[in-house]
Amino acid sequence: MEWAWRNRDQVLELFWQHTWLSVVPLVVGFLLAVPIGWYASRHPRLRGTLLGVGSVLYTIPSLALFVTLPGIIGTGFLDPLNVVVALSIYAVAIMVRTAADAFESVSPAVLDSATATGYSSRQRGFGVELPLAGPVLLAGIRVVSVSTVSLVSVGALIGVASLGSLFTNGYRRDFLTEIVVGLVGIVVLALVLDALLVLAGRVLMPWDRHSERAKGPFWRRFAGGRVAESGTMALGGDA
Amino acid sequence: MSVVSDAVTWLTDGAHWTGETGIPNRVLEHLGYTSLTLVMAAAVAVPLGLYIGHTGRFRGLAIGVTGALRALPTLGVLTLLTLLLGIGLEAPILALTVLAVPPLLAGVYAGVESVDPQTVDAARAQGMTEWQVLTRVEVPLGLPLVVGGFRAATLQVVATATVAAYVSLGGLGRYIFDGQAVRDYPQMVGGSVVVVVLALLLDGVFAVAQAAAGRRARPTRPATDPSSSTDPTPTSQSTTTP
Repeated sequence: MEWAWRNRDQVLELFWQHTWLSVVPLVVGFLLAVPIGWYASRHPRLRGTLLGVGSVLYTIPSLALFVTLPGIIGTGFLDPLNVVVALSIYAVAIMVRTAADAFESVSPAVLDSATATGYSSRQRGFGVELPLAGPVLLAGIRVVSVSTVSLVSVGALIGVASLGSLFTNGYRRDFLTEIVVGLVGIVVLALVLDALLVLAGRVLMPWDRHSERAKGPFWRRFAGGRVAESGTMALGGDA
Repeated sequence: MSVVSDAVTWLTDGAHWTGETGIPNRVLEHLGYTSLTLVMAAAVAVPLGLYIGHTGRFRGLAIGVTGALRALPTLGVLTLLTLLLGIGLEAPILALTVLAVPPLLAGVYAGVESVDPQTVDAARAQGMTEWQVLTRVEVPLGLPLVVGGFRAATLQVVATATVAAYVSLGGLGRYIFDGQAVRDYPQMVGGSVVVVVLALLLDGVFAVAQAAAGRRARPTRPATDPSSSTDPTPTSQSTTTP
């Protein structure tokens, strides 16, 4: 701990670097996955294909993706953009499935009533469907958030600085404390981001406060039947 | 574009397909670590999962512990264990096992739990012992989710075994780290392509196995077996067509 305090500037800098490398893919993934998931929920024929492409993308090991991306998108090998793009791909791949499920969970009767009350399709989409799909979308982004924070550290292996750099440095110097500081930092960041997501959910969806979904710590969302049913999507490929 | 063509050149070079550092040997090493890890993880997770799924005891604890394990970053666990246990096979295999247990455990107990309680009661009413209920009813019916757990665990281990080459393990990750050491990008990209292909192939094999387990568990469901005679849709069809 003394080491962490003496090197607080460096650790903090890595912490912020880690934060933005995690947050950007989450935002990009969410913004892309919601419309794709909505489209998939509307077109049952395309649903299988879209979700299938998602699970194939998610199967690709992260280190391999970090290394191959520069050849595909023309970035430099050490460019942090590789990590951001790769993690955005994973985020979309997982969240498209949750988004499709989320929109399918909205009752068609409610949508019909909205149309009957005179909502335009645009108003209905943003004013009725999106808010009602919100709680499931939130559960999805919370799962992605934790796995993304963990995966950013793998980027350290190809020279993209993050809290994962503490692992590679500590390993090279045979210095346990540095690795432990990295582990603690990553778990803290995961918890903080999760708390912020829950808070955002409470502010944006005050009606969901008493539902089952909003309760309990984040890890409750990982295990159990629901996740196992969605197979590899939520469980697989941590690296 | 030159990165792609260089990688193709690397992959098609006959010299990279023979010997100890050749692609076939690295694939075998990679699969060896993966199977060793899965056997160890299964030895822990399968009995625990069957117990939790069958009795419903310690379920909350299992969810909490496996969930917390998932939040731990792979690379941190690997480097930490390697410093503690020294370079060798033990640390990476132990780290990989720690990562494989949560999805496996979740798959097994969710599979057993997913069986309709009425079916389980019916089995008991027929005089089956608890062991028979477990092995003849719950396991066969829950098999699709159990296979799903193995699928998730396998993919996670294949991916992480690549990372584990960083702590001096063999396998396909070697191409990435050896290539990086000498700035040989074609080797890094070529090795990555092999990892991706291996992961996709394994996932495909498990997808087939999962579908087969699903057909065995629910042979009368129309979605999985259209020739089923208990399927109600043909009757409604026969009334409308002459």
